[in-house]
Amino acid sequence: MKIAMPVNDSSMESCVGNTFGRTNYFLIYDTKTKESSFVDNSAATSQGGAGIKAAQTVVDSQVEALITPQCGENAAKVIQASNIKIYKILNDSIQDNINAFNNGELSLLEKIHGGFHGHGGK
Amino acid sequence: MKIAVLSGKGGTGKTLVSVNLAAAAKEAVYIDCDVEEPNGHLFFEPKPIGAEQIAIKIPVVDENLCNGCRKCVEFCKFNALAYINNKLLVFDEVCHSCGGCMLFCPEKALAEKEKMIGQVQYGISENVTVVTGILNTGEASGIPIIKNLLNYAKKEQAITFIDCPPGSACIVMESIKDADYCILVAEPTLFGVHNLNMVYELVNLFDKPYGVVLNKCLEGENPAEKFCTEKGIRILAKIPFDKELGKLNSNALISVRECEKYKDLFTSLLQTVTEEVQHEAVVNP
Repeated sequence: MKIAMPVNDSSMESCVGNTFGRTNYFLIYDTKTKESSFVDNSAATSQGGAGIKAAQTVVDSQVEALITPQCGENAAKVIQASNIKIYKILNDSIQDNINAFNNGELSLLEKIHGGFHGHGGK
Repeated sequence: MKIAVLSGKGGTGKTLVSVNLAAAAKEAVYIDCDVEEPNGHLFFEPKPIGAEQIAIKIPVVDENLCNGCRKCVEFCKFNALAYINNKLLVFDEVCHSCGGCMLFCPEKALAEKEKMIGQVQYGISENVTVVTGILNTGEASGIPIIKNLLNYAKKEQAITFIDCPPGSACIVMESIKDADYCILVAEPTLFGVHNLNMVYELVNLFDKPYGVVLNKCLEGENPAEKFCTEKGIRILAKIPFDKELGKLNSNALISVRECEKYKDLFTSLLQTVTEEVQHEAVVNP
């Protein structure tokens, strides 16, 4: 199964990013083959709607699960529309989260925050 | 003649100044551009003469025509569109109504629908025509409402006072765009100076003639006054920190209509501002 995780740098030694929409990269990890790749998050520098664009990137990577510290409501709408499950991270270690996911120890992200909209539009 | 009243933060006295200036004039228009929380109407209690609903245009997709090329998704700088599971998702509240997605769609699969975001109310209060912009709660941008308010102002011959939203963001820029003169209202504190500086920079950027009204003036040092002196900014009037004025204002009464002393103060301020604008019209036609 392919999973996605927001990460600070394009390396397995990096750590989990603390936002979803404006994270630097997404780690795309295949739990079966243990192959990893990194996708640039072009939404990071968006004026607004970063969560929507980042979610589109995640969906286009054809993953089945997203592991993230948080997720805004617009991003969640996109993710859930493609039936990807959203899990809450355990800590900021990439490997710990992968292990926890494989062992079924991660819980679903319950709190979807309201996000911050209307950037500069006021 | 259009006079915008602005300040770097809320609560400095924009509404106090613009409401009382309009009341002091023989005939005036008061436009409340603080569409997120308009309060000028609380003072004027205008007799309603009309209202207009304000709508913006939002894209809707015809799923039979959409072929999933994603040109619209790539175009939208606000990321209001996503293409998921062979379906286009539109995020209405993120959309800025630029219409670009409709122009770019090669399949003509996108059409416009109207979305109500607020209204403009018209009313009369003695010598003042009161125009109030109201943005519905939860809407992202009041700019379309302000555009409508200022379109109304364009047609108006009487002296017009534009009560701006607080701060110096886009919504304030939009409000002062057509103004002939700007009145900056400032509080006598260091924080007040910081906020005054924000709008001072803004009116300079827009190349607008302006002057400052110092509100809530106490005895002793006034950092805002010092700032004006240092920058060579014209001080139009000083409004004292006065219990009587505070009380009138907190009871939503218009001081000019209640108290001779304040009628004189605002009439004199109106005179000063009018002369400034006329002077500007001669110097910079």
